[in-house]
Amino acid sequence: MSESAASEKIPVTVLTGYLGAGKTTLLNRILSEPHGKKYAVVVNEFGEIGIDNDLVVNSDEEIFEMNNGCICCTVRGDLIRIIEGLMRRKGKFDAIIVETTGLADPAPVAQTFFMDESVGAKARLDAVVTVVDAKWLKDRLKDAPEAKNQIAFADVILLNKTDLVTPEELIEIEARIRGINAYAKLHRTQRSQVPLSEVLGRNAFDLDRILDIEPAFLEEAGHNHHHDHDHHHHDHDHDHGHEHSHAHSGLKHYHDEDMQSVSLKETRPLDPDKFFPWVQELVANEGQNILRSKGILSFQDDPQRFVFQGVHMILDGDHQRPWKEGEPRESRIVFIGRQLPEAKIREGFAACVA
Amino acid sequence: MTDTRTIQPGQPSLADRTRFVQAGGAIVGVHFLDDTAVFVLAEEAILRLPKDGEQSRTAIHAGAILASVGDGRRIVTGGDDSSVVVIDSQTHSVVATDARRRWIDHVALGPDGAIAWSAGKTASVRTGKGEVKAIDVPSTVGGLAFLPKGFRLAVAHYNGVSLWFPNAAAKPELLLWKGSHLEVTVSPDGKFLVTSMQEPTLHGWRLADARDMRMSGYAGRVRSMSWTAKGDLLATSGADQIILWPFTGKDGPMGKQPTMLSPYDKRLNVVQCHPEADVVAAGYADGMILLSRISDGAEILAHAPGGSAASALAFSPDGRLFAFGCEDGTGGVVTLG
Repeated sequence: MSESAASEKIPVTVLTGYLGAGKTTLLNRILSEPHGKKYAVVVNEFGEIGIDNDLVVNSDEEIFEMNNGCICCTVRGDLIRIIEGLMRRKGKFDAIIVETTGLADPAPVAQTFFMDESVGAKARLDAVVTVVDAKWLKDRLKDAPEAKNQIAFADVILLNKTDLVTPEELIEIEARIRGINAYAKLHRTQRSQVPLSEVLGRNAFDLDRILDIEPAFLEEAGHNHHHDHDHHHHDHDHDHGHEHSHAHSGLKHYHDEDMQSVSLKETRPLDPDKFFPWVQELVANEGQNILRSKGILSFQDDPQRFVFQGVHMILDGDHQRPWKEGEPRESRIVFIGRQLPEAKIREGFAACVA
Repeated sequence: MTDTRTIQPGQPSLADRTRFVQAGGAIVGVHFLDDTAVFVLAEEAILRLPKDGEQSRTAIHAGAILASVGDGRRIVTGGDDSSVVVIDSQTHSVVATDARRRWIDHVALGPDGAIAWSAGKTASVRTGKGEVKAIDVPSTVGGLAFLPKGFRLAVAHYNGVSLWFPNAAAKPELLLWKGSHLEVTVSPDGKFLVTSMQEPTLHGWRLADARDMRMSGYAGRVRSMSWTAKGDLLATSGADQIILWPFTGKDGPMGKQPTMLSPYDKRLNVVQCHPEADVVAAGYADGMILLSRISDGAEILAHAPGGSAASALAFSPDGRLFAFGCEDGTGGVVTLG
């Protein structure tokens, strides 16, 4: 995809979050702040947004299975219809925001952009933004699988209502989120106050932007000022397998028993003829459990970086750019999912070395 | 296959018989009212182009125009302003408005002045006498079509099609097939019903016994279907050529191969059969529009490739005029005979 073709597509931000977490507050801010942009908004109920916007569309959240033998290939049928309809008014808005209900699984929304040709030709998924309630998250993680899905799926997480918990509780909650998704950008907020540039225009699904897939808590260690800066960018793979939390440079690490991130790294070049069959078989077999995947790959005798990203069984990949001089040619992959067979994944990946 | 078709000197072309228009916005539909071509724009307006008169633009909706159909005497449109508009050669009027302010996604024209439209899961019918009846189907309506016999409406939705007699109290008959059914069309003899699906396939039913038939092999979703004048073939878009399925005999296309015409290296977006002759018009993704004779595959170029995608085609009721529209607002009316 050329950059110009990508930029002509209307960006779509998916806004998820459990009931009462602060989605509507964020949405109202996006629609009312003076930023010179106009948004079309797909909401699940009329009336919640007290804003006069003729581009607010009600949706029914209809989830359709695709007849392609893949049980996790679901799309939002209503969204296909709505986006096609909105495109008749192209030029009247700059971007689309899709608000889901609190109980929604973000996957069908995301998959709509990859499975439907006409939607994919006109619009592109920008990012999945999940708003979580700092006070109630721990309870939701116990009783609501949807809440965990929404965190696992997120590119950006707003940890909202931080004023309602103690600093210690906040560290604990953040560690719980990181135990599920170590790769999303996390913001601590009150009343969903975050610069809108941190929420919109993220290009999280753009292959050109898969620049760095270091666990985000390494980056954030510095500027959150709640623990000592750790300069050692080492692997955090060792966290897996522990079922308890433990303090590490002041930041607690949790292993969520149900949902976790598996990150893989290999400094030796890979054989594409081994890697592609392996990853395709992996997502074919485990696609239901793999919510998101991302990778930067170094192939044998290939001067270009190869990048990919995926949602469940759908993978999207391409050469990104030449490896830079002095840049370590290494491969990194992240899988975020439910009860992932980590040992098997590691073993399979190791066998892809050229 | 060649990468583009080059226009040869002497190749039959209709360019010198074409009156072009610039609609000033994407054209999403075109229909004739006798010999006046009516271009439906993506937003707000229609453009009337009488055979020997000046073009005139009329605003008919307050936002996007989501659906339109015509039968030569009337056009009905649905918009995101929740209104259903009926247009004739001189006037237009709002005949219905969705009380819940939903988009009007689909429209259909029926016998004796009847019209149908859908908003979300609700399909509504207005009889020629102005009586309105509505029904809710299990999911959002994907498409609407009146059956040629009796006063009956086919309503496509997720997992099947509901066949509804608006004047009867009985529950609609349900034709079941898993998946999302979008556009729906019924053969002129009323024997077969065909839907296009979210996947690039068609699904059909023989109405006598609800026997299923599948028509697959498309590169993309089928967005345009048109029955030939004799009603024996269904022309379809969705491939890089015209695919015509045979609906002769009692089994329709079951066990038969489709006829394929006018192969190209671009996707076929829209098809329209001539009302009398053995000719189908085909509009491709690069704006090329051909008139192809079904019996021998002979082609005449109606619009040269190299522009934006063809999006709308129509023949006048007497078959003497042909109109086309493209996504960039280029339209034209061709005098055929």
